[in-house]
Amino acid sequence: MKFSDLILQTAAKVLVFIIMTFSIYILFAGHHNPGGGFIGGLITASALMLLYVAFDVETIQEIIPVDFKVIGAIGVLMALLTGIGAIVADVPFLTQVYRYVDLPLLGKTGLGSALVFDLGVYLAVIGTTMTIIRSISEDM
Amino acid sequence: MSLLHFAVLLPFLYTVFVPLFFKKLPRVHTGWFVLIVPLLLFVYFAAQFPLRSGSAPLFQSLSWIPSLGIRFDLHLDGLSMLFALIITGIGFLVIVYSIYYMSKEREALHNFYIYLLVFMGAMLGIVLSDNLMVLYVFWEATSVSSFLLIAYWFQRKRSRYGAQKAMLITVTGGFAMLLGFLMLGSAAGTFSIREIVAMKEVIVNDSLFIPAMLLVLLGAFTKSAQFPFHIWLPDAMEAPTPISAYLHSATMVKAGVYLVARMTPVFGGHMSWFWIITIIGIVTLFWGAFMAIRQFDLKALLAYSTISQLGLIMSLLGIGSLALHTNYEAQAMLFSGAILAAVFHLFNHSIFKGSLFMVVGILDHETGTRDIRKLGGLLSLMPVSFSLTIIGGLSMAGLPPFSGFLSKEMFFTGVLTAYQHIDQWVVLLPIVAWLASVFTFVYCLVFVFKTFTGTYRPERLDKKPHEAPAGMLVSPIVLATLVLVIFFFPNLISYTLLEPAMRSVLPSLLQPGEVFEVDIKPWHGFNTELFMTVGIVVMGSLLYKTYKKWSDIYYNLPRKFDFNHMYDKGLTGAERLSARVTNFYMNGFLHSYLSYIFTFVIIVVGGSFLLQRAFAIDPSTNAVIEWHEYLLAVSIAVSSGFVLFVNSRLTSIIGVGAVGYLVSLLFVIFRAPDLALTQLVVETITTALFLLCFYFLPKLKTEVVRIRVKVSNLLISIGVGTVFTLIGISAQSTNPFKPISHFFLNSYELSGARNMVNSILVDFRAFDTMLESVVLFTAGIGVYTLINLRKSRREKR
Repeated sequence: MKFSDLILQTAAKVLVFIIMTFSIYILFAGHHNPGGGFIGGLITASALMLLYVAFDVETIQEIIPVDFKVIGAIGVLMALLTGIGAIVADVPFLTQVYRYVDLPLLGKTGLGSALVFDLGVYLAVIGTTMTIIRSISEDM
Repeated sequence: MSLLHFAVLLPFLYTVFVPLFFKKLPRVHTGWFVLIVPLLLFVYFAAQFPLRSGSAPLFQSLSWIPSLGIRFDLHLDGLSMLFALIITGIGFLVIVYSIYYMSKEREALHNFYIYLLVFMGAMLGIVLSDNLMVLYVFWEATSVSSFLLIAYWFQRKRSRYGAQKAMLITVTGGFAMLLGFLMLGSAAGTFSIREIVAMKEVIVNDSLFIPAMLLVLLGAFTKSAQFPFHIWLPDAMEAPTPISAYLHSATMVKAGVYLVARMTPVFGGHMSWFWIITIIGIVTLFWGAFMAIRQFDLKALLAYSTISQLGLIMSLLGIGSLALHTNYEAQAMLFSGAILAAVFHLFNHSIFKGSLFMVVGILDHETGTRDIRKLGGLLSLMPVSFSLTIIGGLSMAGLPPFSGFLSKEMFFTGVLTAYQHIDQWVVLLPIVAWLASVFTFVYCLVFVFKTFTGTYRPERLDKKPHEAPAGMLVSPIVLATLVLVIFFFPNLISYTLLEPAMRSVLPSLLQPGEVFEVDIKPWHGFNTELFMTVGIVVMGSLLYKTYKKWSDIYYNLPRKFDFNHMYDKGLTGAERLSARVTNFYMNGFLHSYLSYIFTFVIIVVGGSFLLQRAFAIDPSTNAVIEWHEYLLAVSIAVSSGFVLFVNSRLTSIIGVGAVGYLVSLLFVIFRAPDLALTQLVVETITTALFLLCFYFLPKLKTEVVRIRVKVSNLLISIGVGTVFTLIGISAQSTNPFKPISHFFLNSYELSGARNMVNSILVDFRAFDTMLESVVLFTAGIGVYTLINLRKSRREKR
């Protein structure tokens, strides 16, 4: 299927970056404000989906040559490994820790293992959603 | 984690390295690398040997699932020691043998040795576990590894059939045993075997005592191939011969014997325990020996002989358990002799049967067949194998000067003791035992003479036979030497190995510090036992000579009594029944499946709410509903209704999307930004997905639906709607549980996050989130697989 909707394509090129940025903001904002890995992942997926709608499958495949199954698997593994990390530290499975550290530029920042976990969820959601969408659209 | 725990886990841990050896060092037979495991373990267990001095058994504790009372406790006493030495010792010899038996060029050796190691670890786990649940886990692990090993040559139909049969029978028994363990656990309040033994008085009076006994015995009998569950063992002979020697004669099939011995301190002393085990054992002994004679396949002959010998050990354990009975206190020491005979014969059987299986493997390897109709006259060609067969076979037949003679005599003493002290009609016991021994003698003769004497017919053999390579002969020679050594010096093992094992079967019979008198002598004078043996030789030789005249009885056995036939019928019947049941409701229509799901929801959820009187409508605590909230609710209702009446799919997709967006507006109004965000994004993605799938869907057409279906659809949808609306209102109206939300209010102190919703997701309830991601990802992979499957099928056409 070849689309050539110029307005949609031009708008998509700009919009995708805005949506992507927003999704990453949402991922990190989740700690104190509305957001989190699940929503962030879905927003990223919707940005990618916009690309698929505006352009055709083959073009996007060339631009983003990643296997989303692998991304999903990495996400699930990350979530699992933060849990196992807790066992290694001799606390119950999936115990999360957080520390406040002073980072250059950012100042006092809270860092937690929960973020790694959330990142795992984020990747799992993107991976799964895109795997499904891609398989269905490739089947056409 | 103690050294003992490490010993049990070592085989499991070592499996990780086996594929590496196989892949990286293909020129060296993988078996050489695996050999170190049983060697280390054997040395380790042998080093724990000073059990004799009456010192306390080794006990190591490790917490596993404390909330369920499941501890990974290991306990090394005399009985465990005997088994552990057999498992590691024979394991070592079998691996040496397998190095020459399994070709490193043609076979998937890594699989073979991984299964073997898993089995070894699991078997050690069974005999060392003090906790019934841990024992059960290892028990099933041996069933699984046995399944994999029988099906090792899975290209063969017979292998798959045998593996499935063994699996179904032993796992069924395993489940029964688990139930029995649970009953024992509930009666005693603990799963620890030592504590259960200590609480014997409480358990005996429990109403679950007999059911638990029967179920545990079912597990033991299926595993140890006791009549009528013996049918899986001959079919298990499809496994490679080293496996038959190891699992299906020396170790795994003795797990049932181990369990009976282990449970004797709990159940022993009860008359039904004695009767069941003794009768089943003696019937198995007879039937196995009787059926062995008619076999043409040498391995099948040995399989039936194993069945029969296991029956012998079982019946001895049954008789020996009377030593714990209060009515037979005066004869306790006499009956305890049967236990000694049992552990002694168990040891003997492991060594002579192991060596016999290895010889059969050699015959198979060097001649290309195991069929005794084709074999014959190999005496001069394979002299070493012949000597080994003579030693193993005559030990099995119970003749001097081989170790089997000693334990066979003790077996006769056991059955005669039972007859003298119980009842007149128990005279059947020694009679059947004697008859079975006659048949045992006959099949031993068949084994020895049909293969090695007679005319040599090379035209019937696929290969030109010659003596096996030295490496293959080492293991059976070691075992056969043991057979001879044990006959002349039985007291090498009697006080060191057998007496401690006996002590752990009958712990209550001795005062602390005492030991059983276990001097084993080959010569007892001219007593009944000796005359029985002489009678066996005479009668057996006679039957062997006249075999052709009476062999007809095998073919006149009614087919009804063929348990294999029953098993096959049962299996096909069960398959047909389940196919019929499945086809009844799995009709391929999405519509039907949705109806089932929703009907069940209505019945189960709505029904339980009705029964519990949980429906409650109490609007008094509600806030005032604003006009814009009314407006939203009405819009949602209108757009849902709209979906019902449109004629185009595209419109209905948009309608459904509108409902979703309106609901997210509701979340905004009720100040749930996380929910609103999620709902919005989910709605966007699903609408897009819908549009994608839209491509595949057929055009909507006015379907002609029968009125009955329409009505049932209507009822189901109204039902679901009503139930969920009522549940929502009820949840809001009543407050039967103490709310836990105040806990999450402290999210900042507890997890350093100000967003309560997110800290629930990633911290407080992170386990849920983790599993949800796994489910999500699995579903994604599922969609991918289904679509690609369809694609590849289409391409094939």
